[in-house]
Amino acid sequence: MIAFENVAHDYGGGPLFRDVSARLEQGSFHFLTGPSGAGKSTFLKLCYGELLPSSGRVSLMNRDVRTLSRDGLAGMRQRIGVVHQDCQFLDHLSVEQNVGLPMTATGRPLSDSDLSDLLGWVGLGQRAEALPPTLSGGERQRAALARAIISAPSVLLADEPTGNLDWDMSQRLMMLMIELNRMGTSVLIATHDLQLIRFAKAQVNARVLRISGRRLQIAGAEL
Amino acid sequence: MSAREISRLVVPGRGQSVWLVLLSSAAMAFLAVFALALSVTASQLAGNWSTALARTATIRLSAPPAEMDAQTAFVLEVLRTTPGIAGARVMVSDEQAALLEPWLGPDLPLDALPLPRLIEVTETPEGPDRQGLRLRLAAEAPGAVFDDHTRWRRPLAEAAARLRAFALVSLGLIGGVTAAIIVLAASAALASNGQVIRVLRLVGARDRFIALAFVRRISGRAFAGAMAGTALGIGALLLVPEAGGSVHLLSGLGFSGAGWLLPLAIPPLAMVLAWMASMATAFQVLRGVT
Repeated sequence: MIAFENVAHDYGGGPLFRDVSARLEQGSFHFLTGPSGAGKSTFLKLCYGELLPSSGRVSLMNRDVRTLSRDGLAGMRQRIGVVHQDCQFLDHLSVEQNVGLPMTATGRPLSDSDLSDLLGWVGLGQRAEALPPTLSGGERQRAALARAIISAPSVLLADEPTGNLDWDMSQRLMMLMIELNRMGTSVLIATHDLQLIRFAKAQVNARVLRISGRRLQIAGAEL
Repeated sequence: MSAREISRLVVPGRGQSVWLVLLSSAAMAFLAVFALALSVTASQLAGNWSTALARTATIRLSAPPAEMDAQTAFVLEVLRTTPGIAGARVMVSDEQAALLEPWLGPDLPLDALPLPRLIEVTETPEGPDRQGLRLRLAAEAPGAVFDDHTRWRRPLAEAAARLRAFALVSLGLIGGVTAAIIVLAASAALASNGQVIRVLRLVGARDRFIALAFVRRISGRAFAGAMAGTALGIGALLLVPEAGGSVHLLSGLGFSGAGWLLPLAIPPLAMVLAWMASMATAFQVLRGVT
């Protein structure tokens, strides 16, 4: 679904990482870990075309991201759900409007019952009319997850989705993503929370990728 | 959900940029109404001057008091039988006094002054043979001088043409400034909604969808603002005192009859302008967002 071939990325002050090759297959579950500043967020941005690689090749659904038109990239993003660390909501819209935005903004139909079911699934049924600034950290992350998956994407990317949450809420959110993976969605979660990774590995067959020393390594034995 | 509803949903309805578009459109529409009125009035005034001067003439008759009435009758008879003359009338004392009042003051003892008699001549559109008329008048009434206003007509016609050009340039300038203001307001509106644009791209919205969402909102606001400005402009014009049927540049500023419909073209034009400006700006802003 997403493939990196000898990818390097450079913001101008030398490569953040280089010679990165990896494949996220359909239905796979990956964690991406590494110290702060190692390039986890950059890796995720490369996965949905917000950044282009400085060298090498990134393929989304077997298409080289460099060859995609702007509309082509928008079409790809309709198949990739993203949970940002800062959630990226439109503060003038209610929770249910924000969650339904991927459908509204791409002209796809969305039934009220589907939206209501999804909000109930992430535990926000009672907060549908609330505005984002009034949500707690956990509610924001769950709303962001709901928005990322409302269009039934093939891939879910999450950047530190439990960064501001307590352990109970982190577990709950992780279980939602594991459940999604069991339904066939490929999941890639960037996190430095090793406890969370251990929790997930107990539930699902997850691989751990680690960015370290400007390289991507397969980790996991020590976890 | 209709395109309009989607546009209303995703583009915030509050904020400084909303007022910027509304107020700038209203202000520029208000000014455009005045520029349009100035243009129409100046054009009408220039036309009236040209027509009035072209179709009127004056005969100044100087004669001894004893012969004045007889020579007046000769002149009127000559005029009556001259092709190209639509009518002629002798100006009464009050009219002559009114003409002289600005220079000599009121309560003019007209009888005590050796004033020539004035005959106002109205010409047909074809006009008379002026040289032939002068020769006939010289033979019938030697004290009569035919003045066809040539000396006055040329500079006034030139002034009228310049006034008309000035009004058109004013209208063009107001239109250009309106366009520039709306472009700036549209840019500001889009710049202040960078987060909305980024999030829409993130969830897979295409550029055209995002651009149209903003363009609909901005051009709608420009239309609403221009409607308000046009209404205020028309209201202000209605408050300008009437000129009593004649057209003057200040007291006659406004429209007449169906001319009042002209300002109604301003709001749709403002909307089209805002549509084009915001569409161009939206795509320019979008090029900077991946």
